[in-house]
This record gives sequence, structure tokens and C-alpha cells, in this order.
Amino acid sequence: MNRHIQQKIGFILLGLTALMVVMPILFVVGHIAASGARAITEEFITGMPRNGMKEGGILPAIVGTLVLTLGTALVAIPLGVGGAIYLSEYARDTWLTRTVRLAIINLAGIPSVVYGLFGLGMFVLFLRFGTSILAGCLTLAIMTLPVIVSAAEEALRAVPVEFRTVIFSLGGTRWQSIRYIVLPQALPGIITGVILGLLRAAGETAPILFTVAAFYLPRLPRSIFDETMALPYHLYVISTHVPGMPMHIQYGTALVLLVLVLSMNLLASLIRSYYRKRRQW
Amino acid sequence: MSDQGRPPKIRIENVSYSYDGKLALRNVTLDIPARAITVLFGPAGGGKTTLLRLINRLNDLIEGTQMSGRVLLDGEDIYAPGTDLVELRRRVGMVFALPLPLPGTVRENVLYGPKLAGVRDRTRLDEILYRSLQQAALWDEVKDRLDDPASTLSGGQQQRLCIARSLALEPEVLLLDEPTSGLDPISTGKVEESLFNLKRNYTIVIVPHSIQQAARVADVAAFMLMGELVECGPGSALFVRPRDRRTEDYITGRFG
Repeated sequence: MNRHIQQKIGFILLGLTALMVVMPILFVVGHIAASGARAITEEFITGMPRNGMKEGGILPAIVGTLVLTLGTALVAIPLGVGGAIYLSEYARDTWLTRTVRLAIINLAGIPSVVYGLFGLGMFVLFLRFGTSILAGCLTLAIMTLPVIVSAAEEALRAVPVEFRTVIFSLGGTRWQSIRYIVLPQALPGIITGVILGLLRAAGETAPILFTVAAFYLPRLPRSIFDETMALPYHLYVISTHVPGMPMHIQYGTALVLLVLVLSMNLLASLIRSYYRKRRQW
Repeated sequence: MSDQGRPPKIRIENVSYSYDGKLALRNVTLDIPARAITVLFGPAGGGKTTLLRLINRLNDLIEGTQMSGRVLLDGEDIYAPGTDLVELRRRVGMVFALPLPLPGTVRENVLYGPKLAGVRDRTRLDEILYRSLQQAALWDEVKDRLDDPASTLSGGQQQRLCIARSLALEPEVLLLDEPTSGLDPISTGKVEESLFNLKRNYTIVIVPHSIQQAARVADVAAFMLMGELVECGPGSALFVRPRDRRTEDYITGRFG
């Protein structure tokens, strides 16, 4: 066969595979948007659920998810980025650091429901935080940590080693090399990793199932020891546990969750491409 | 040489050095005079860069190395326990083979060292900026571009910027590792010219990128071969009448 024809066939086949990857996304988003758009009203976004959640809004779930994501960020970002800086900049290659790295990789592979059970045992029961935002955030943070640590470490390692050497040769300390060069240069990569990790936390149901999520709590949370509703769990509840639930409310809830998560994703992409253009190496 | 009889700025005493058991320097002893250009030359893998990086302890960053012997700066062993590395590296500046501007503007690059040292005073920083760029023979070319990104300068300008960056700390010693290896002849000329000006105030140790350059700039020349210091002497004598057969073979182009 003529190699030009071979080339053409290869090109078409690969193009089709790429299309197949995009299709489900477009279909899911399109379907949910089309079916859920009708439910999106001011009351739906800003109101409390009424009549066994069959009417009214989903404000407590939206706020709950935002609070949980924020709380997770507060715990996971300092720990994750700090750990990544240690691994990339300070740790020598010993059995201990190798074990830590292995643990991080394996943590990323653990099913989320296992994190949920761990959170229940550790935070809710053993530490007596009860079913609370605190317990939920800690559980979500542990689940998010491996993503943040690996992404941040990769971003830190991508900064050329020569920059560090130059700082040392100018009488700078290890910390100054991190503070002035390595961290600022790695920041876009770190932010991207952080957002992707938090995104997963925002959308997960299993880890919050036993640790924080309320089935039906038509008010806003009052403290970190309060339970709260959350979008993913609320969606699960109204799709499986409430008979006679109007379809458009289910789709509307899904749409809100989707928009929230996708806009975070979009933000991550924008940050990445903005800094990539400005990078000088 | 004018400094004869005075103690050397740097004394390297019976230094042997190995990476992961592989010997890179074998029992090297060398005196480096103050306010002169000392050239370390020889074929690749001779230990020149290793020796250079021992003088500001940048080799400390590599794991699995072993060293014996002493390196004295003004008579003090810089490998003695309790040596302040930050202080040492402010006294002994370094310029690398490739121009390595840091992210940021021309101004920021020159002022990195003082900034790391905690200098905040604006007039003081402006003085340092002007003096360093003048000394590196770069001021006239960049005085209108101080706030442009350093990466927009040409290769030769970037390398002189790196020299200026080292000079900003007013070091006593300047180490240069093949500073002109990536540069065209005109830029090379400018860098060498700035070195001639600098040696009035600084002790300069350079690994040149060619024998010709070695001969052009050397006050003292040291020939290194496979980790050994073969021969060392005033540049004017060594390149004309080498004492060792191996030095002669290398200079006349029989190997290397």
C-alpha cells in the first residue's frame, strides 16, 4: 500500500479516537444542561428545600459544598505543598523518602469509600469530632493530599536545577532559593494541581457520606462541628431515596454541581496557559 | 609577578577528590595569587571544574563525594567545621559556562545577591547596579533596558550580566567556568576585556574555553591532566617554555 494512503488512514483513525474521547463529555454536559436548565431559577439557587426537597432550592447543599471545598483547601494546601517542597528540595534519597513517595502513589489509588470509612473511624468516632464539617474536611483533605503532593513535587522539580545553583553561588540559602526562585516558578503548576485535587474533593460522595453529609438539613451550617448538606450527596439522595422526585430538580442539581466543578477546571487551565506564556525558560 | 613573596589568596593543599569512588583530583597543590588571573587549563575530564567548584564549596551539593586535603582562603581552611557557606559564597563568586540569567529583569538579576544578603536601601542598590554593570563592561549597552527581562539580552550580554551579578556582592574571588564557551569572538573579547579591568581588584580563577584564551589572559597558568596538576607557573613562561613534556604536547596541539 502506498505510504501516503497509509498516512491518511492512520490520520483518520487517530482523529476518530480523539473524537470518541470528546463525545461522552459533550453528551453528558449537553444532556444535563438541556434537562436541568429549566430548574435553574433564583429560588433554586438561593432558597431552602421545601416539601421533602421536592420543591424550593438547594442553597444549603451549594454552601455546604463550597464550605467543604474551602476547608479541605485550608488543610490540604499547606500540608501538600509543604510536603512537596520537602520531598523535592530537602529530602535526600533514602529508604524513608522512597517509602513516603511510594505511600503517596498508593494513597492516590485508594477508593474514595475507603477514605470515607477511615474518616468515620478516625475523626468522627475516635477523635469525637462527630458527623461534622471538620471531620468531612479532614477526610477530604487526606484524599486530596496525594494529588496535590505529586503535582506540586513535579512542578518544583521542573524548575531547572541551575537556578538553585546560581542562588547558592550568590550566597543564598536553600530556603531563599525556594522563596525567590523555585516556588514562584513552580506556582502555576502547583495551583493547577491544587485545583484539580480540590475539584475531586468537591465532587466526591463517598468520603462525606459517613463524616459530614446531612440527608436533609434546610439551614446553613453554623460551625465547623455542624453537619451540612452537600451537592454530590444531595444529588445521590434525591435520585435514589426520595420517591416522586421531579426529574428537573435532579438534573438542575447535577447542572449546578457540574458548572461549579467545570468552572474550577477552566480556572486551572487559564492559570496554566497564562503563566506558560510568561515563563522565561 | 608583583605579588611574589606575599601569601597566596587561595592555597590548595594536597587535595584529592572523588565522585562515587571515581578519582577526579589526585593530590593537587596550587597557590592562587591575589589580584591576578589564574588559568586552569587542560583537556576535558582533567578536574578543572571540580577544582573550581571546591573553592566556593558548590560541590557540597553533590552526594557521594569524598575529599581529602585543605583549601585555604586567606590562610583559613574553608572546609573546617563551622564554616559559614553563605559568607564563603559571598566572598567567592562564580560565573558558569552557560549564561544563566534568573527569571526577572536586568536590574533584578544584578541585584539578586545584595537582595539575598538583605540590602534594601534604594540608593545603595542603584549604586551597586551601576558599578557592577560598569565593571562587567555592560552598562552602556543595557542602561536603557534595565527593566527588560534578562532573557531578551543576547548571549554575550547575558554572560556579562552574570558576571555583573557576581560582582554585585563585591566578592574577593571570582571563579569563571568556561565563561565564553557559548559566545562569539566579539562577545568573548568583551568578556576578556572586563576580566583585565577586574583583576586590579579581584582574584580571578578561570577555566578558559581554549588554549588561545588561556595564553591571552593568564598571569598564572596551571595545566591539569586526568586529575593531576602537571605544571604551574607564570603564564608568560609556561606557554613559551613548558617544563613538562605533557604540557608541551598539549600546548602544541599533539593531543586534546
